[in-house]
Amino acid sequence: MTLTDLANPSRFLALAGRILPWLIAATVLVLAIGLYQSATAPDDYQQGATVKIMFIHVPNAWLSMFVWGVMSVAALGTLVWRHPLADVAQKAAAPIGAAFTFLALVTGSLWGRPMWGTYWEWDARLTSVLILFLMYLGLMALWRAVDDPSRAARAAAVLTLVGAINIPIIKFSVDWWNTLHQPASVFRMGGSTLDRAFLIPLLVMAVGFTLLFLTLHIAAMRNEILRRRVRTLQMLQAGKPRTSA
Amino acid sequence: MTSLGPYATFIVTSYALVAAVVAALIAWVIADYRRQTARLHDLEASGVVRRSGRGAADIS
Repeated sequence: MTLTDLANPSRFLALAGRILPWLIAATVLVLAIGLYQSATAPDDYQQGATVKIMFIHVPNAWLSMFVWGVMSVAALGTLVWRHPLADVAQKAAAPIGAAFTFLALVTGSLWGRPMWGTYWEWDARLTSVLILFLMYLGLMALWRAVDDPSRAARAAAVLTLVGAINIPIIKFSVDWWNTLHQPASVFRMGGSTLDRAFLIPLLVMAVGFTLLFLTLHIAAMRNEILRRRVRTLQMLQAGKPRTSA
Repeated sequence: MTSLGPYATFIVTSYALVAAVVAALIAWVIADYRRQTARLHDLEASGVVRRSGRGAADIS
């Protein structure tokens, strides 16, 4: 199975129908293990039990950037390779990415209040993630504003690629500027600074949330293909000559 | 709850919020799938046929 094979929407629908049950099962299993490990993880010597917020905040923050990365690849697929499913993938990912970004912002805020003494600070990391959230909303608004999916796709692809500049800014904001947010502690030169008791549940939850994204994304892509089929058939129906009054 | 310490409210609210948003995403995807397949069935019932000749509601 190649990308060219998947260019056929009917073939994609058949494949989605086959793999979705397995993806759902894997998501439920991995998230259940991750939640159990998160619940039984020890308290941090400084943060106490609030460290448990990390197990949901960090995966959502990772996914907020990962989903934009997926949309950027899809945008290239639309503009460069003109893959028929690229804009479907891009449109379907936007609301899911927006939800993960919203969760990263709110759980971060709820973690920040007891640890930093404030829900919000206009520092580089928090502000750049808020901009990412607003860009997701802007992209969703753009898709809704243009009726023709192929015209909307090109505009959305350009906006997505321009917005991708924000991703390295988010990632390196804690290194480039003096921020309240802590620097990278998992993926960094010299290895993770997290103890295994926290690192393992965090990685399991990250895998679980990534599987959740894949499941939701494939299901949302299937819905988008069906929506376009409905639109095409409604146009065919509207153009059909009437046989009776 | 007492084992979560003095900031239990923040921890529980975070997990509850994530659960609610994930549940909403799942509900949205399922409801959208049902809406689109129902529309395709309606179109098939009205006699509209795809260019391939297959029924409107044939999603395979």
